[in-house]
Amino acid sequence: MKLLVKGGRVIDPENKRDELLDILVEDGKITRVGKSLKSKDAETLDAAGKIVCPGFIDIHVHLREPGFEYKEDLASGTRAAAAGGFTTVGCMPNTSPVIDNMAVARFVRERAQRSGVVNVLPIGSITKKQAGDELSEYADLLAAGCVAFSDDGRPVSKAGVMRNALEYTKMFGVPVLSHSEDLNLTADGQMHEGYYSTYYGLKGIPAAAEEVMVARDIVLARLTGGQLHICHASTAGAMELIRQAKAEGLNVTCEVTPHHLTLSDEIVGTYDTDTKVMPPLRSQEHIAALRAALLEGTIDCIATDHAPHHLESKDCEYNLAAVGISGLETAVAVIMDQLVSQNLLPLPEMVRLFTTGPANVMGLAKGRLNAGDTANITIIDPDLTKTVTPQQFYSKGKNTPFKGMQLTGWPWATIVAGKLVYINGRIIEE
Amino acid sequence: MKLDRRKDLLGIKDLSRAEIDQILNTAVPMKDVIKRDIKKVPTLRGKAMVTIFYENSTRTRTSFEIAGKYLSADTVNLAVSTSSVQKGESLRDTIKTIEVMGFDLMVMRHSMSGAPHYAARNTNMRVVNAGDGQNEHPTQALLDMFTIKEHKGTLENLKVAIVGDILHSRVARSNIYGLTRYGCEIRVVGPSTLIPPEVEKLGVKSYYSLEEAVKGADVVNILRIQRERQQAALFPSLDEYADLYMVNPQRLKGAQEDALILHPGPMNRGVEISSALADSTQALINEQVTNGVAVRMAILFLMMGGSKDEIAG
Repeated sequence: MKLLVKGGRVIDPENKRDELLDILVEDGKITRVGKSLKSKDAETLDAAGKIVCPGFIDIHVHLREPGFEYKEDLASGTRAAAAGGFTTVGCMPNTSPVIDNMAVARFVRERAQRSGVVNVLPIGSITKKQAGDELSEYADLLAAGCVAFSDDGRPVSKAGVMRNALEYTKMFGVPVLSHSEDLNLTADGQMHEGYYSTYYGLKGIPAAAEEVMVARDIVLARLTGGQLHICHASTAGAMELIRQAKAEGLNVTCEVTPHHLTLSDEIVGTYDTDTKVMPPLRSQEHIAALRAALLEGTIDCIATDHAPHHLESKDCEYNLAAVGISGLETAVAVIMDQLVSQNLLPLPEMVRLFTTGPANVMGLAKGRLNAGDTANITIIDPDLTKTVTPQQFYSKGKNTPFKGMQLTGWPWATIVAGKLVYINGRIIEE
Repeated sequence: MKLDRRKDLLGIKDLSRAEIDQILNTAVPMKDVIKRDIKKVPTLRGKAMVTIFYENSTRTRTSFEIAGKYLSADTVNLAVSTSSVQKGESLRDTIKTIEVMGFDLMVMRHSMSGAPHYAARNTNMRVVNAGDGQNEHPTQALLDMFTIKEHKGTLENLKVAIVGDILHSRVARSNIYGLTRYGCEIRVVGPSTLIPPEVEKLGVKSYYSLEEAVKGADVVNILRIQRERQQAALFPSLDEYADLYMVNPQRLKGAQEDALILHPGPMNRGVEISSALADSTQALINEQVTNGVAVRMAILFLMMGGSKDEIAG
């Protein structure tokens, strides 16, 4: 089977390419990237006017299977990923049971291969049952296909445990993805602490709840030499700490989410529970700091923290609502519309943040268009305008504060291992 | 916009000065009704209202209930502890159940900010917020404003001190939103742990010293201090709180001589307010309760579409 992607603007940060090129795919692999490629028997995909990139990678999603299939499963979650332009996702272990042993990790891998349409890389838990006490069996989990470790959703409160995790993962050369949050400072907070928490009368979560843990984790990374990745960094202070850690040469990386880059705490005022997320939507100063950090290169990648929920867990009082945003299907369009189109982020930088950026964090040989590589390709239509319509999501989670927004610049086609799985608004089912 | 055009009354934040004036003006004849021998007007006959309280309150609930009854509305109280909420029913389903019984208006108190807003989005009934979490308590602010206006003749440009747990207080917030519309100078004062972040952006001044905050004040509104706050380590003890913030005649020396003393009740005598002050002629605490009925009558009247002619007389 051959596929010729023709006439698109190819942006491939790893190979410093940004020009009109064709890509020939044979038997699931990229065989040639060049000008005016010809192939008699290849199916042609006309990508004129489109942006052709290495397959986008989202290292932080919650696919909910096993255990919470009513929120999402590997079939629906990977379709959401493909529709959002992602060819590879790293799925967090806060499932039920937790991905803390080989059997669950294998189950996820196998289910994803059977029912999924993109590459799924399980992330094992840092501690057994994510209880924060005993380390999971990392060697086993890696053998079963895990690529990193995280207790995302539940911070590792004990510094001694985090120290050991950072120390022990060093042997394997994989990162610890930290959900950095001091639960004692968060308490029963509902939104970012600041003017709007005062104005709306919701209990605030100070930026310090994130920053004290980022600081602790960086100190532990210095102590151990382990590889620390800060998940969904959202505050100016966290950025400053990460900037310093990088300047010092520590093995520290971080991600930010599309919603923390674009939405502020002001929108919580309607008590729409789709705005409830952890870390909370921050104030304008923090958004400005994240954007500055994005431009100066402090941020390694954009990740969605895709957190789909069923209707009942969001259709309730704000305090009772589940936290999280269903983000896979809007991430690229949000960044394209709100940052790239506004000249706040160069397009090649965006591509880097979705490709080589996350690949480097996780140590994956992905996110590039090399001859011989598996053909994972994301194609964006920069001129396509659509309104965010959650009812049309492939994800079971319709919970998004972007609903109703009109955005320009959407994923147009997604190719996974040489196979076109998404084009022009629909998933191609076999 | 006038209140009679508005579906819900969720907060003072949403109200224009014209709407506040309309409510306060309508409350004047309502107060007369309360003083009559026959305390009943037929204006809301055939209308039905329900109070639903997810948090304990006797005075606010009773006040709404009697306000409805004086206007001849059929009034039902849903005590949450005896309802199916205890069986795990969602707020949405509870509200729908009430709605389909035919109620025109629901008065709701909830411990969570925004719950009445959520309720209002999910029902055709009119919703009146009787206090939501730390957010707003609009009818309390309106009755405070009514009381102040009655005594001072105006709401314009007064100096108002609000004392105590500003952070958790919906009464403070609603008063701030209301009184700032009239150009009042609002001073909030309390222990630093109970002053909300960036509160000055609401157009108020914040103080830690009670004496400084009440200097020249026309009105001192004293908030109830709750024991849970001490347990949450926000201040060391009620004794220390009283040492620093209990309002008594001595500490009020710097205020205007005829300064009005308000308290939303129930009072903790000897903690946030001294008995001597609570029982003084300056303190309008009982009058606030009467005015609360009048203001709530005005709101129910305006929202359930009573006719003006039936009030007169």
